Amino acid sequence: MDLTFSPEEDGFRAECREWLGANVPHGLPSGDTRDGFALHLDWERTLFDARWAVVSWPEEYGGRGATPMEWLIFEEEYYAAGGPQRVTQNGIFLLAPTVFAFGTTEQQDRILPRMAGAEDLWCQGWSEPNAGSDLAGIQSKAARDEAGGGWRLSGQKTWTTRGAFCTHMFGPFRSDPEAERHRGLTYFLVPLDASGVTVRGFGRLDGDEGFAEVFLDDVFVPDDAVLGDVDQGWGVAMATTSAERGLTLRSPGRFMATAQRLLALQRERRSDESPQVRDETVRAWIDAEAYRWQTFHTVTRMTDGENLGAESSMTKVFWSDLDVRLHETALELLGTDAERDETGWMKGFQFALSGPIYAGTNEIQRNVIAERVLGLPRK
Amino acid sequence: MRFAFTGDQIAFRDAVRELLAKECPPTVVREAWGADAGRVGRAWAALGEMGILGLLAPESVGGLGLTSVDLVLLLEETGYAALPEPVVEHAAVAMPLLGEAPGRSAEAFLAGDQTLTTSFLHEPVVPYADRAEQFLLVHDGAWYLVARADVELTPIESIDRARRLARVQWEPARATVVGDGKAAAAAFDRGALGTAAQLIGLTRRMLDMTVEYVIERRQFGVPIGSFQAVKHHLADARIALEFARPLVYRAAWSLAAGDQDSAVHVSMAKATASDAALLTAKHALQCHGAIGYSFEYDLHLFMKRAWALAAAWGDAALHRDRVGRAIL
Repeated sequence: MDLTFSPEEDGFRAECREWLGANVPHGLPSGDTRDGFALHLDWERTLFDARWAVVSWPEEYGGRGATPMEWLIFEEEYYAAGGPQRVTQNGIFLLAPTVFAFGTTEQQDRILPRMAGAEDLWCQGWSEPNAGSDLAGIQSKAARDEAGGGWRLSGQKTWTTRGAFCTHMFGPFRSDPEAERHRGLTYFLVPLDASGVTVRGFGRLDGDEGFAEVFLDDVFVPDDAVLGDVDQGWGVAMATTSAERGLTLRSPGRFMATAQRLLALQRERRSDESPQVRDETVRAWIDAEAYRWQTFHTVTRMTDGENLGAESSMTKVFWSDLDVRLHETALELLGTDAERDETGWMKGFQFALSGPIYAGTNEIQRNVIAERVLGLPRK
Repeated sequence: MRFAFTGDQIAFRDAVRELLAKECPPTVVREAWGADAGRVGRAWAALGEMGILGLLAPESVGGLGLTSVDLVLLLEETGYAALPEPVVEHAAVAMPLLGEAPGRSAEAFLAGDQTLTTSFLHEPVVPYADRAEQFLLVHDGAWYLVARADVELTPIESIDRARRLARVQWEPARATVVGDGKAAAAAFDRGALGTAAQLIGLTRRMLDMTVEYVIERRQFGVPIGSFQAVKHHLADARIALEFARPLVYRAAWSLAAGDQDSAVHVSMAKATASDAALLTAKHALQCHGAIGYSFEYDLHLFMKRAWALAAAWGDAALHRDRVGRAIL
């Protein structure tokens, strides 16, 4: 056990800090609005040009070949520097790991550089009106088009984050009409400008228009739009959920930065301080540290070749609950000032409340933990 | 950054796990509850033979010269077994002080021939007083070693009767200082960390027992472990364990490495481990239902140890306060 960073890791951190300190934009509007999204794309392209957009990817796709530990360091520095949300996250953090695992070389070469450079913007087309927590209940169909050499997609996806601003969507479709549940699904990569696609943005609880419904009416996609094998989409999708619930989507750096802001607020509001709120502040800060060290432990195990599987569900419940508590504690400190939201904590609180819902509700995650980590019976 | 134990450390843990499964099953813990039991079972002697009681003492005095990182997994196992012995007090708190104190022979304690117990309180209440030959006690920020002949013990009831608490009256004038200042603070941190490790072990034990029970127990024609309400209680306990454990191991490393923030790291570990154990005790009982509430069933042995240790060496609130003073 050695819990110090190596000279290389320290050097990498210093390089991150220097560049981010000089380049991170402050005061960007939310990227979950049409105008804000466009401004965020400038930032994403600035990151890409300096090779900071996808640090863990190989150099040939615009990355730095960073180790998982270096990637965590980048994330810590990114959020400590006040870096904004990554509007490209669903592509680079959710789809990309799946493309690396399941894509052909042709697909990787075609998809990854444009994703990294924020030229193609990916959204996640998973949930449907009748398939949310019960993802295996999806009904959108993929019908074989032998003559055209491809597939015809029909159906409806919903709750698609930033769908109205993106150019491409990924998600599973039912390719074998005879098969049920998680069998007979195929994972497709769909350009949203294809004929027959209609995207309708709609508002979220926090006031941003970041949600979308995507309607597909006999949309033709060629064979090379299939990721992984035909009818094996469930396995492909599960590889993505592991990334989504685990550390790639929401690394500790983000919550450590929020915890630091909470400490600053606690110091600033010391005159209003109640011992109870102070205790909650410290508790939330400790939990952010706990997530950080659990992640370092996890990354060491991954480096040693261990497969973590369902353990990512524990991570998802922990960070999403932590995010809510960090914000709730800040609101307690702010008292009536919270309503005016000059500090952004209330807006952040509203977003934090989506955490226990998206990426698989925490109730589903707790079922997964009970069944697959603890070994309790499904029925 | 490499956050993992070595193969040797894991093998040592497995050996202790095996030993305690054999020498300290719940029947032995229950026996330790008996009225005049004193020391029960062979575990203490066996741990002494393995070198664990003198693990932190320097090799120059006959110890193993190992560190908190080597010890933490072993203490976790003593928690898992609810070992009714002052292993944290003796091996984690006292041995390094004795090993470092000039002119003081640690020999009698290395293999557990003599037993030490301790309390950091100014009005000391020590556990396992019934078998202790020596007492490590605090006065004015210094630790004193006091022989049994020089203390007056008044047994007091513990909710965990195996702990054998006693109030200690003593005169510093008749005792020897074995550590002060920094050494005294470090001794407290080792006590808190060792207790945190035991709480992690207790959390695992209560979780294991409950998982086993809810798979076996059937109601409405199915195992109760198939019900979501039960699953979610146990998932929450498992999450609490998952995120407490790395803080405990990290604090062990900080103590071993002499990290300047090690006291804060210990407090983060103790606060989180205490909370995890208390949450797990509550959910474990609820998922057992009435059987868990019966005296004959073993769960309460582990719950009561968890309640005692969650408050020992500073409860979660005390340790969070210590963290707060460092970061705010």
